[in-house]
Amino acid sequence: MLSRTLGRTPYYVVAGGLAVIFLFPLLWNAWASLAPQPGTAQESGYGLGNYRTLLAHDAGLWRYLLNSTVVSVLTVALTLGVSLLGGYAFARFEFPGKNLLFLVTLAVLMVPYATLLIPLYVLLGRLHLQNSLIGLSLVLALFQLPFATFMMRISFEAVPRALEESALVDGCGTAGALRRVLLPAVRPGLITVGLFAFLAAWNDFIAPLILISDSERAPLPLAVANLRQQSMGAVDYGATEAGVVVLAVPCLLLFLLLQRHYVRGFMSGALKG
Amino acid sequence: MQTAGPVTAGPRARPQHRRRRPSWASASRRRLSRKVKGLAYAAPTAVFVTVFFLLPLLLVGQMSLSDWPLLAGDRGVNAPDNYTRVTDGTLFWPAVRFTLLYTVIATVVLLGLALLLALLVQESRPGAGFFRTVYFLPGALGLASASLLFWGLYSPTTGPLSPLPERLGLADGPVSFLATPTSALLSTVFLVVWKFAGFYMLILLVGLQRIPHEVYEAARMDGAGRGQIFRSITLPLLRPSLALCLLLCVTGSLLAFDQFFVLTKGGPDNSTVTLVQLIYREAFQRMNLGTAAALSVIVLAALLVLNALQFRGLRRADES
Repeated sequence: MLSRTLGRTPYYVVAGGLAVIFLFPLLWNAWASLAPQPGTAQESGYGLGNYRTLLAHDAGLWRYLLNSTVVSVLTVALTLGVSLLGGYAFARFEFPGKNLLFLVTLAVLMVPYATLLIPLYVLLGRLHLQNSLIGLSLVLALFQLPFATFMMRISFEAVPRALEESALVDGCGTAGALRRVLLPAVRPGLITVGLFAFLAAWNDFIAPLILISDSERAPLPLAVANLRQQSMGAVDYGATEAGVVVLAVPCLLLFLLLQRHYVRGFMSGALKG
Repeated sequence: MQTAGPVTAGPRARPQHRRRRPSWASASRRRLSRKVKGLAYAAPTAVFVTVFFLLPLLLVGQMSLSDWPLLAGDRGVNAPDNYTRVTDGTLFWPAVRFTLLYTVIATVVLLGLALLLALLVQESRPGAGFFRTVYFLPGALGLASASLLFWGLYSPTTGPLSPLPERLGLADGPVSFLATPTSALLSTVFLVVWKFAGFYMLILLVGLQRIPHEVYEAARMDGAGRGQIFRSITLPLLRPSLALCLLLCVTGSLLAFDQFFVLTKGGPDNSTVTLVQLIYREAFQRMNLGTAAALSVIVLAALLVLNALQFRGLRRADES
């Protein structure tokens, strides 16, 4: 039935109509952040008034952008580092407990985020990492680990063994072979893992909501949500819309630039985990 | 295209036969040293998973059995008080019901639309690649950002949608999309569908592209119509991908938090409180980590049972 209606309706009417629905909220939000609106810093004429509100809000937009950048960079670096070494170990070495460790790493996917955040809140307190961007990054990196480890394992397995063996014969140790020969070969996998980790860390909301109590250290999504809550009664829609633009632009740009690498994450079968 | 097997099917590292070994002793020494090196490379993963995954899992179990106020910390075992207090709570059963209702509605709408989108962008027409990118674009945003965006979009004062029903003659005056329990639920579903449809479209697209062309051609030669091909070839061969989408979508919906926390704040009248929101409320508004942990364990157990059931379905779909 579905394809019969599809067959009759012109393709471009259906596909184009849906495209308008998908684009409209994004375009409307970008326009509304600049447009005049009562009750905002941009009362008349088009301009950047809402962005100025955002710059001055609480600890200031630059502070929140810095927090978000620190968390994202740390999460990406941790995820890449751990999954690069782990993927190498799982793909190329035999050691006791190998299969068990791999299964336990994938099992992270089976446990709800919220279930782990309550004990992690207590645990990070004991490690003196409560209310810290480092602690938050460690938690965010953990949740990236199942996908990242699987992705890096299959990336290493796709590299011909002969390539690495010739490096080993030439006198490189396993670390040298990894750095000189394997690293360039698994670069596409690293880019995919890094992109997923960045998008997750930049956008995460519930982990900082629970783990960060000091508003000075809030990443941007939390700060924008707080801005809205603080101005209850007189709600500042304009500043929120500006905040959404600042949050969305890096993600949209990265996605458009690295779309090919993003789609590989879906092709790899890693999502079957 | 790459076809990846199941997770654990990777080829094992073989001992290196091609190289000449001077003696047994040095060969076994090399094997031992490779074992040690393998362990060393896996060590960061092992430490990470132990400290931030296994330890918290044990801790949440212990916390759920203890009197554990947010500020005072551990005050000793009180089992099974936390569990009975949670299930006796006035919001627990409404939250269970609402979470299940939301999961069913969101999953049905999301997967239906995702399938339509995948079929649309799979066609080899000019512009199909553009449509694929456009449908996916909202997926690049975070769920919290998307929720903040729709909070403005649905605004009864400045949002562009609230005057629409009046202009179409469906309502008197501007409509408030988050004012009644039903409209708040449906508005949230619309947001979630907008944000995630492209994601599931990509998974289904990968599945569609794995179906060999010859199968379609053979069916067409036998005189099958479009609808018939869709029903008896596309749908059955797409079952593994659909099952994967179902698994991800059900899990994601049961754990819904951001969208309701930002958009509806659980309102109106606590009608849109999900289970994960209840965990948050227990822990940080009622300041009781013990009951929050008990609730976490209940959600974990429910999810494990559900995942086990769905994995069995997934495997059966893979075999057929």
